[in-house]
Amino acid sequence: MQDLETFKKDVQDFIAANLPAHLRFGNRPGLPEDDLQKWFSALGEKGWVAPDWPTEYGGAGLDRTYTAALRAELRAVDAPSPGHPGITLLGPTLMDVGTEEQRMEHLPKIADNSFYWCQGFSEPGAGSDLAGLQTKAERVGDEFIINGSKIWTSGAHKADWIFVLARTDPDAPKHMGISMIMVDMKQPGIEVSPLELIDGSAEFNQVFFDNARAGAHQVVGELNGGWSVAKRLLQYERSTDIHDVIIWEAKEPLTDLMKREIGMQNDMLADATLRERLAAHEIDARALDLTMRRAVAEAKAGQTNRDVSSIGKYRWGDMMKEAANLSMYAAGSGGLGWEGEGFLPSQLRWTREWLFSRSHSIWGGTHEIQKNLIAKRVLDIPED
Amino acid sequence: MSLTLSEEQLLLKDSAEKFFAKASPVSRMRALRDTRDETGFSQEIWKEMAALGWLGIAFSEAHGGSEMGIGELGVVLFEAGRVLAPEPLLSTLLMGANAVRLSDNEALKSEVLPAVAMGERVVALAWEETGRFNPYAVSTKAQSVDNGYMISGEKTYVLDAHVADQMVVVARLSGQTNDKDGLVLILIDADAEGISIQRTTLMDGRNAAQVTFSQVEVSADRLLGDGDLLDLVLHQATMGLVAEMLGMMDETFERTLEYLKEREQFGVKIGTFQALRHRAAEMFAELEFARSLMLDGFAAIDEGRNDIALSVSAAKAQANKAARLIGEEGVQMHGGMGMTNDLDIGLFLKRLKAAELALGDETYHQRRFASLQGY
Repeated sequence: MQDLETFKKDVQDFIAANLPAHLRFGNRPGLPEDDLQKWFSALGEKGWVAPDWPTEYGGAGLDRTYTAALRAELRAVDAPSPGHPGITLLGPTLMDVGTEEQRMEHLPKIADNSFYWCQGFSEPGAGSDLAGLQTKAERVGDEFIINGSKIWTSGAHKADWIFVLARTDPDAPKHMGISMIMVDMKQPGIEVSPLELIDGSAEFNQVFFDNARAGAHQVVGELNGGWSVAKRLLQYERSTDIHDVIIWEAKEPLTDLMKREIGMQNDMLADATLRERLAAHEIDARALDLTMRRAVAEAKAGQTNRDVSSIGKYRWGDMMKEAANLSMYAAGSGGLGWEGEGFLPSQLRWTREWLFSRSHSIWGGTHEIQKNLIAKRVLDIPED
Repeated sequence: MSLTLSEEQLLLKDSAEKFFAKASPVSRMRALRDTRDETGFSQEIWKEMAALGWLGIAFSEAHGGSEMGIGELGVVLFEAGRVLAPEPLLSTLLMGANAVRLSDNEALKSEVLPAVAMGERVVALAWEETGRFNPYAVSTKAQSVDNGYMISGEKTYVLDAHVADQMVVVARLSGQTNDKDGLVLILIDADAEGISIQRTTLMDGRNAAQVTFSQVEVSADRLLGDGDLLDLVLHQATMGLVAEMLGMMDETFERTLEYLKEREQFGVKIGTFQALRHRAAEMFAELEFARSLMLDGFAAIDEGRNDIALSVSAAKAQANKAARLIGEEGVQMHGGMGMTNDLDIGLFLKRLKAAELALGDETYHQRRFASLQGY
């Protein structure tokens, strides 16, 4: 392996050669799709779509240090990332519990950017009570026939494959009869209809399954063991969230925004209350970052205290919402612009971001669910 | 101290936990309060702590210490907090004697520190003059006289002053109230002529006093330092207090969790109610945020980082926020019983509130954090 400094230099050269300036806006919606795909494919050729995966599955086989260095270089130029649930969630899960055949079939196509994946868990009738899901998969010959519908499937409109939780044993208790199945989206039995959110975005969808088909070999983990596979997969979801805190911190200088919008008086923000709220927010952000690092350090040192990483998701959501609140209060009616003339593009973005940030206490397990889990699993308070 | 305790710190924590559990259950503090004990703490236990080497933890070997960090002192204060031990750890080790330790006055270090390490001397810090925390609001005068100073003024909430052998007095040589410039820190014997000490009783049952200095003469070689020294001392004292608060919060939280698991109403344990489960989760989150910032604050000091003031303010602001939540929820979740003097939970509420208001409340530290961040 080359030394770290040379590696960083290589990444910088690669970025200079492959990432045009008009794409250097992070994952902001509205960037030209063809150019984005070209960039993601270039990343894929280097194994950098999934840099920490083994090379036989299309990754670059990088360790934590090199992976972190790569991500830092990409973040530094606001490079869009091809992040989808195939990379962040399904990949690690297949490496844990998938068969070798499944890994060889799916991982290289994720890693070279051929296939985009989406996640089919929630249903209109199964949100917080995910295990109450009703989508059915019936075994017919060497296939499953799938009927039902999934909701909140982000990116389904452009996805090639979907992994779904479906009921494979309708007579079993609700947690026991579920399987996780990988399904090809390009078939007549699947229909995608967009779901417009309060922020005007249409990244989410409802997916309808009408006798859709999947090979019997596409079950991940044990048949009827999908609930424990899903729980394992959701742990990856939580760990990816925390990573984003740092991205936010580096990208969005909330302090600068507030100074400019509110103004300074005697070296202090001119609004005393918002000044204190900003300080409280920054102290929270500092505490969250330290707490997540402590969780890693404690695990590494083998210290068995109560699991502090359990508070990460819910405190992260609170922090993101408060950041958006503060930008809104700083901007006043300048933060209310919806579209058209009279507002700067950045102001229009704050409006949408504030609206979207309301979802941070809902998706990936609502705050209420997070607190239930803490009380039960971390604080050990019996439920009956 | 980094984000996790080292092997040595874990050993220290373990022995401190065992020591306090055996020698100092909460009932001891309660008895000292109820009997209106004249000293307000146990000389015997203070001596035992000296024998264990805890009083000299941060002192150099030449001064009878073991040259460890403030983080190690924090470990001891944490455990002392869990049992509400009233010994003068904070006032002496992190305030009075710490001002001597952090000074450049080698003669005074040799005179004071070995005696402190052996448990033979209590040294208070006579600094505050106002109720609301305001570090430079000092109008006590230090007037230059032949070969020394003459001190006149009144100090309030001086921790452990009535049992102190010596005091470090913060006085003003020049400038106006609220100026940092012009402050001096001077070591004075508590029985010097012109000093009168009036013990006061606060709700947490701990020891504090009003101290009046009228034309107290002290020689020039008792000078320890200026406003910069006061900053150093207050940063470290604040972290000591935060460690003590974490100990109290851990104990309050654990006792409250136990109660949720035991207490029955409507034929079920009250811990089955989601309203209480969610609030317990919030207490846990605030507590763990406070713990992370505490560990980072000690690390900042012991590693000599350049963001000590910022880290200390973040730690105290969050400790205050968590203390308010945990102290009050501790009583609330114990219901009517929580309001009785019979239960210890009220003792923790009282001490947590006193600690919250000492050395800067949440707003004070938020504002200081903001200034340090340039807004």
